[in-house]
Amino acid sequence: MNLILCAPIFSHSSSGINQKNNVRRTLLNVKQDSQKWEKTEQAQESLEVFNERDYVEALGAGDSGCQGDLSDEISTAGRDLFTFQTIKRADKMAKLASELAQTPGKSVTFCAAGQQLTAGQIRDNGQSNQRKTPSKSKRKYVSTTPYRLRKRLTDLADLSSGSESDYSSSDSEGGEESTPGGVSNPRLTPEAVTPTPTPGKTAVKKSRKLAPPSLVELYFEAHSSSKVLTSDCTLQKLQTPKLDQETLERLVSDDRVPFAPEIRQLNKQHEKLFRKWMLQTQLGFSLVLYGLGSKRELLEEFRCQMLQGDVHVVVNGFFPNITLKSILNSITEEVLGYEGTFRNPVDQLNYIIRAFQEDSTLDLYLLIHNIDGQMLRGDRNQQILGQLSAIPGIHLLASIDHLNAPLMWDQTRNCLFNWLWYEVTTFKSYAEETSYENSLLVKQSGALALSSLIHVLRSLTPNARGIFKLLARFQLENKDNSYYPGLSFQDFYQRCRDAFLVNSNLTLRAQLTEFRDHKLIRNKKGADGVEYLIIPVDMATLTDFLEMEDKET
Amino acid sequence: MATSSVSRGCFVFKPKDSKKRKIPVAADFFNKGDAISESDRLQFSTYESLWQQMKEETERFQDNLNEKIFDSLLSFIKNSHIHLNSKVNDWSYRMRCSEIPTAAVVLGVNVPDHEMTFQRFSDLVKQSLTPHVVCLHGKECTTVKQVLQKVLMHLLGGTVNDEEAEEEDMHHSTPLSQRRIHCSMASLPGWYKAITQTSGSGSPSKKRKSCAVEKEQAPPIVIIFKDLETFLPEVLQNFITICSNYIQQLPLVLVFGIATSPITIHRMLPHAVSSLLCIELFQSLSCSDHLTTVIDKLVLTTKFPFKLSGKVLQVLIVIFLYHDFSVRNFVKGFQLSLLEHFYSQPLSLLCCSLDEANGRIRNLAHGDCERIRQVPSFMRYVDCQDSEKQIELLTNDQYLKDDVQKLLKDLHIYHENYFPVLKCLHVFTSSLPKYPLGKQIRELYVTCLERNVWETEEYSSAFQLLGMMANNELVSLLQKCIDVLKSSKQQKPLTDIRQKLEEFLSKFQKLDDIAPEMHDKEGDENNKTSPEKSLQKKTDLYELQKTLMEMKKSRRSKKLSRFEALRMEVLEFMDKLVRQYLLPPETQPLHEVIYFSGASTIRRHLNATPRTALQTALSKPYNYLQNEALRSEGETITNTAPDICIVYKLHLECGRLINLYDWLQAFVTVVSASEGQDPDKPSKGQVDQVLHARFIRAVSELEFLGFIKPTKQKTDHVARLTWGGF
Repeated sequence: MNLILCAPIFSHSSSGINQKNNVRRTLLNVKQDSQKWEKTEQAQESLEVFNERDYVEALGAGDSGCQGDLSDEISTAGRDLFTFQTIKRADKMAKLASELAQTPGKSVTFCAAGQQLTAGQIRDNGQSNQRKTPSKSKRKYVSTTPYRLRKRLTDLADLSSGSESDYSSSDSEGGEESTPGGVSNPRLTPEAVTPTPTPGKTAVKKSRKLAPPSLVELYFEAHSSSKVLTSDCTLQKLQTPKLDQETLERLVSDDRVPFAPEIRQLNKQHEKLFRKWMLQTQLGFSLVLYGLGSKRELLEEFRCQMLQGDVHVVVNGFFPNITLKSILNSITEEVLGYEGTFRNPVDQLNYIIRAFQEDSTLDLYLLIHNIDGQMLRGDRNQQILGQLSAIPGIHLLASIDHLNAPLMWDQTRNCLFNWLWYEVTTFKSYAEETSYENSLLVKQSGALALSSLIHVLRSLTPNARGIFKLLARFQLENKDNSYYPGLSFQDFYQRCRDAFLVNSNLTLRAQLTEFRDHKLIRNKKGADGVEYLIIPVDMATLTDFLEMEDKET
Repeated sequence: MATSSVSRGCFVFKPKDSKKRKIPVAADFFNKGDAISESDRLQFSTYESLWQQMKEETERFQDNLNEKIFDSLLSFIKNSHIHLNSKVNDWSYRMRCSEIPTAAVVLGVNVPDHEMTFQRFSDLVKQSLTPHVVCLHGKECTTVKQVLQKVLMHLLGGTVNDEEAEEEDMHHSTPLSQRRIHCSMASLPGWYKAITQTSGSGSPSKKRKSCAVEKEQAPPIVIIFKDLETFLPEVLQNFITICSNYIQQLPLVLVFGIATSPITIHRMLPHAVSSLLCIELFQSLSCSDHLTTVIDKLVLTTKFPFKLSGKVLQVLIVIFLYHDFSVRNFVKGFQLSLLEHFYSQPLSLLCCSLDEANGRIRNLAHGDCERIRQVPSFMRYVDCQDSEKQIELLTNDQYLKDDVQKLLKDLHIYHENYFPVLKCLHVFTSSLPKYPLGKQIRELYVTCLERNVWETEEYSSAFQLLGMMANNELVSLLQKCIDVLKSSKQQKPLTDIRQKLEEFLSKFQKLDDIAPEMHDKEGDENNKTSPEKSLQKKTDLYELQKTLMEMKKSRRSKKLSRFEALRMEVLEFMDKLVRQYLLPPETQPLHEVIYFSGASTIRRHLNATPRTALQTALSKPYNYLQNEALRSEGETITNTAPDICIVYKLHLECGRLINLYDWLQAFVTVVSASEGQDPDKPSKGQVDQVLHARFIRAVSELEFLGFIKPTKQKTDHVARLTWGGF
């Protein structure tokens, strides 16, 4: 396996010389290129001044200048980014996959093959005969890969034959269902109507040219029906439907990073900016880093290289339990050495502002990985972070990854932050950032939750443990009830009293406060205003817990 | 790594030996290499002083701009409660006494600038009228309680602090502000009475004296709502109702900062509430005018040696016009350009006042001289010289230095003539219908910077229109031009131009005297032709056409009247001026020294498009990773691309929901093909674990980036969050 994985790396090293040549040439051509760029830009800008439409284009095209040093010819106009969605058929992805699986660039004729694939199970002879007529050699070439894919799919379908028909039917019906009334999907028409298999790409392009206004119609089509056009396969068909976090990490870490030299090259370019970052942060700008790939290591590198002599705070915005309070606390307590407490973040902020005003020698670097993190994106949090960054003694460097992250900041806040944007595309994997996430494909082992449960409960009195177990048992009894609201407080009290665990309402409440502090239980107000209690842990963990408890006693 | 943990998200690092710690200075980083040279320091200090000057200049003229509106606001506040003490009991007073005087200040949509305006305003009010000023932010006031708390804390806390500062007894200043959890407006009148009385009782302190001056008029309490639109309507309504109950005892004045239009007030406040207010409207200067002033003071001046190239200026103007209308951001862009210029252009060392530059030229090292020789505009200049001089310039450092001194002086003179002539041209063109060369001087300036303005179509059409100007219009234009020239430096070419224009002006005036006679003559001619016309009144169409043609011909060949001749002369003179003085800066040798041209740098730092970058990286990885294996054409990517790119590309083919299983299969097909594995291998529902893991990682990365999210609509599906894409 490893050998095969290395293949791209080997192939790269052989082309390494070419690469170097390229670099040298680009270096040589920098001047010319920049002139060229300026010329094009000049052309664009002269147009754009009072022409909004041109301006939208120039926005996209202007951005291509960003990568001017990386490559010369990117033109990703904003128009391409924000097109309407067209209806996609269920097999679209399989088609593309088969296309990609072929040798790169030869993207000619996957369409007919895809058609064959979908028709696989419900093929009628006439159609397949028709398909066989046109140019033989082409057909032969085409049929190879999709055939494999189809075979793979059919093989898998055999495993659980129940969903086979579902898969194909949802496939074929999908197209028809999505074309209500007279409007027919232009993606489909060339394939379905004309007997000759037109190459997919050109078909799409042609139809686009033919009927540009239908883009709007397509938007409404895509949204008119709530019907979802996907196959009904589930991950249960795999032998290992879900991997747990540990195996995942083990497997992925084995994987060698492809294109390592290029990524290193990118990184080196970014590292050259470190001194400039220092300069600009010192002059009162805040920096925000964007672009694909984890920017964590880069900022770490920056920290290690430039900030050794300075006081600095690193904030992991992607950390699921990060709070604004913890950030402010670490500034007031650890940096400023203040012992007291604050009523609210605004007070705390005011204290920080005052402290920095009074002592102008204070100098603090704030590095926030993922300022757009789940816990920090709130309006109030951003406001306070903005006010922090506006303090002259505090220098902020932050990274963003979410594609809608800039929406967090309105004009006023943007001004508060005083951002300078830097594109740092690193292509590094978001290993650390996504490891916290309860990813959809990763099995939750619950080991952490279980051990924390046990540890907390061990420190409590036997009565308290009894109370908790009582609640846990009740919750387990109701595990099949999907509308289970929890155990109401009164009911709970009665049960505890019966089991001689508490003698008054107050003692129970005191116990519950203890649990709540450790986040072992959660309160919920029911629709009728009654207070319900639940344990926010999944059933499997809870069962494990009760088993272990029983074993102990 | 020290900064990753499963229990903490926040890490503080302090250098170990805090004594040795030195405060980092920006100047330390003003170089790209390791060692910081003397010239780097010099450059940085030049940058700092230049920026300081510019900042001061901006602040100065911004104060001037706001002066008018501030004055009227101040007088409004002053007069709002003039009757409170004077006990006038007339009808109109009683009518108004229950209303809260309110100033609605319409500031425009450039919200980032408001902060500064209000800061200045509250300072001004504090200085001249009353110490009781409270500024409220909509975002901080989500309940009435919070509003009251803030107001009380500011008023009481502020004064308590003041008094204690006098008594040098700080012990309950902080407790008071914190203790006051229960707060009501009811406590204010008592406090206010106490304040006014103590100030009346006359104490030796400075502050009391200032209060005593205003004793006859108690200082009003000013409450500023900085951004009215962001306040919750009911909060505002309740607060105003509460205030109106106390208006008899407290001289309250409200100030609303409005970004949109005055109608907002009525939209937010029902009639019952708005009738409690006595609103007066104030209109601030429009942000476009503001920008014009900024450009006039910072850009169209010889005061600062630093200049922006046409493209940079255009980027900044576009950001202003299309994004925020914020002057503050414009100035920020200007600062960034200045910084970039000094940071990236080694010759910016000479971007300073002429005297300083002369000194610096003398101290130039050999390397710097070589650098000058490599500047493109200087190379062009050398090419134009005769061969002897060329050799001297390229070999003799001293000779070069002298020449550079001369060139910089020329550049300076060029600018001194440039701006007055530009302004004159603008005077002429800005009054034309449809503004062929732009209504604002900034548009004209950008055109002039970019190319030879006289070669543009707009220029010729403008001069055609000017050729049809009436006498009095032309005279007033000339007068304006003379005024412009008078206000600029009195120097050789400019004074000549002025004299010439004055000559023209007097000629025009003389023309007026002669005009009546002329008119008679012309009248005679008209009389001569008119009988003919009248004779042929009844002719056929052909005849009429012929006569008309003849008349046209005769008119064309007709000798120009004296006015027309003079007009031609003026226009020719203007044209000559433009051609002589409005050459684009690129034609000047050594323009690189003072012109900053990194338009794309500025744009990508100020007006970045993160989503484009993200999607480019995903769909065209070759743009970043220059590996031949990744090169592809059109919208496709190769199957060797990074996992996330493949997964992204596959997901583009899906609709609103994506089936994870199909996605995984497709991914496996692509990747195993790229690895040369035989996809035909009977796998029987088994997916290689490594591939599975790579898929999971790529998908969770896409989720992290916000392209997909988990959904419960269907098992093992995710929802797509973006549209279209490439």
